[in-house]
Amino acid sequence: MRTRKPEIRKHDFKEVSIGMTESQAVKEASRCLQCKKPHCVSGCPVEINIPAFIAAIRDKDYPGSLNILRQYNLLPAICGRVCPQEKQCQGSCILGKKGVPISIGALERFAADNGNVDGEPMTKKRSNGQKVAVVGSGPAGLTVAADLARLGYKITIFEALHEAGGVLTYGIPEFRLPKKIIQQEIDYVKSLGVEMRLNWVVGRTQTVEELFEEGYKAIFIGVGAGTPKYMGIPGENLNNVYFASEFLTRVNLMRADQFPKYDTPVKRAKKVAIIGGGNVAMDSARTALRLGAEKVYIVYRRTADEMPSRLEEIDHAKEEGVIMKFLTSPKEILGDDKGKVTGLKCDGMVLCEPDKSGRRRPECSGEEFVLKVDQVIMAIGQSSNPILVKSVKGLGLWGEGYIEVDEDGQSNLPGIFAGGDIATGAATVISAMGAGKRAARAIDVYVKGLKKSAVTG
Amino acid sequence: MYPILKKQTIAPEVDLMLVEAPYIAKHAKAGNFVVLRINETGERIPLTIADSDAMAGTITLLFQKIGKTTHELGMLKPGDTIRDIAGPLGHATPIEKYGHCALVGGGIGSATLHPILLALKAKRNDISVILGARTRELLVWQEEFAKYADELLTTTDDGSSGRKGLVTDVLRDMIKAGPVDIVIAVGPIRMMQAVAELTRPFKIKTIVSLNPVMVEGTGMCGACRVRIGGETKFACIEGPEFDAHEVDFEELAHRQNFYREEEQLAMDTFKKKCKGTCKK
Repeated sequence: MRTRKPEIRKHDFKEVSIGMTESQAVKEASRCLQCKKPHCVSGCPVEINIPAFIAAIRDKDYPGSLNILRQYNLLPAICGRVCPQEKQCQGSCILGKKGVPISIGALERFAADNGNVDGEPMTKKRSNGQKVAVVGSGPAGLTVAADLARLGYKITIFEALHEAGGVLTYGIPEFRLPKKIIQQEIDYVKSLGVEMRLNWVVGRTQTVEELFEEGYKAIFIGVGAGTPKYMGIPGENLNNVYFASEFLTRVNLMRADQFPKYDTPVKRAKKVAIIGGGNVAMDSARTALRLGAEKVYIVYRRTADEMPSRLEEIDHAKEEGVIMKFLTSPKEILGDDKGKVTGLKCDGMVLCEPDKSGRRRPECSGEEFVLKVDQVIMAIGQSSNPILVKSVKGLGLWGEGYIEVDEDGQSNLPGIFAGGDIATGAATVISAMGAGKRAARAIDVYVKGLKKSAVTG
Repeated sequence: MYPILKKQTIAPEVDLMLVEAPYIAKHAKAGNFVVLRINETGERIPLTIADSDAMAGTITLLFQKIGKTTHELGMLKPGDTIRDIAGPLGHATPIEKYGHCALVGGGIGSATLHPILLALKAKRNDISVILGARTRELLVWQEEFAKYADELLTTTDDGSSGRKGLVTDVLRDMIKAGPVDIVIAVGPIRMMQAVAELTRPFKIKTIVSLNPVMVEGTGMCGACRVRIGGETKFACIEGPEFDAHEVDFEELAHRQNFYREEEQLAMDTFKKKCKGTCKK
């Protein structure tokens, strides 16, 4: 995939990857072996017919290619940009065994960016008059809403924030996923007749019981996992220690990079340490660079091999000058008498035997050192959003407040379904969409069952 | 869009606003707040719900014009709209029959105390309200409190109304004179801290409502984290009210001042842009 030059792009928020040219895309598509038993498809959480959409690109039928994608994936322009393809489709590509796998993600993005034609690309059934409520407008919620709207349901999405998109909007930076792309996908969902109520904190503005009373036959909960986790080390509440969620929300949702044109500020620092090794850590590091930081460290207690982030993000971060401090475990954030960060005290680590997750467990090497930084960003994971979950009496939960559901997204309460991060714990956009698709099918069956029992009963 | 129905200046730099928000009005309880954003470029700020009317579908907001956003809010008129309001957020104040309640308010803290007063009164508590300010005209909403409180006492720094001195002077005498079963204090950080220190040796249950910097207000960003009894809590979903004797006020004060430079810059830019017209 072509990218903009690191020394230029690290100073602005414009998209880093430029995407394939037509000739590149057609050439890459022609390389596909069109396997009879395609491994890529089994590597995809929503089992997109990958050979078919690639064949359409090869034949220069881009709207056709997008149509194939849309049958499986509501948000191809987004997934083409943010899926961890190297662990999914591309990672399973047979060509990767001996050489270079097909760039499936880049091709998906190409089809999505070039296949849009005027008019309704998908058929929509006549309205059946049944109302379903979707709580949360992230990838899971948007998918459920679109799938059910196509089946003729009247869908209302309730979103707590002032902008739709969930993590796509507040979490993923502009340089990785432009707002314009998200808006296109949201507009597409709205074009199916889906109503969107913003600033609607279900559980507070309206309870789930009240939604049922208003005639919603079923409710899908896709409120995500955005609550920041923290390590509990000394100094975490010093000024200039941010949770990644806050740092990214300020910039992505509130446009703090454009302060004071936009009213929300964000602190710009010279030397920044980001704690964590996932996508959120990479996003935070590269956002800090773009806000003008001279030195940005990623502090991670294991090594590059164990990093959960997408490979491309690690590469892009390194190209832009982010310094990787592997085998480094923070133990204390140091501050001055004004409560401001002055450094990050760390332990050096060594890797030992693999733990339950199969990753080699880090242990202290006995070495201790201080990174001199004036800002620390904690990106060590998120847990469930608690407001709605706590407001529903009797809702079955597991772990740290995640909703317990069966494989169709059905919770222990009739008519209440859930999917995405709030059911699985923090995962990927595509897996949330997969959960949304399964839940939409189950909700359709459930609501039809209600009608039948009303007739026969 | 949330229409503004009424706006009134009730003290210097303090405005009262009646806003149409039927769903929020229906669910609002004493202690709750909203997060609002005036327009597309605005920031999200928390404001206490000072009153609500479920039948009329309205909420009352009371705010002091300190920074850019509150000044801009104060420039809006009836007929204008506020782009975004989310709520009601935060835990409701625990309302029971306590006996003798002392509600202590400094400055704009009256906004938070007002619905608490109404709710406690409905439970037939005996309520003393102590309001403090620098000078007489800064005492906010006195007449409204006088209507419901069993006793209303005021203090001013300059003695222009009520007793000359601090709210804690009045509260100390009150505690010495007879039993006080609960103290609820809302106002500037140092005032709440002083109240906490005053009641601590008497072991009187004391609640304060904290107002740290917030961004989204639903527990997702952690901007509003405060230290309570040595543990980190998010004021938006675990507060904003906490046991005053457990609050780390020093840390709160540090965090409250973190964006002071930016707040000043935003205010200066705003003043330049509206060339003096923003000052009422």
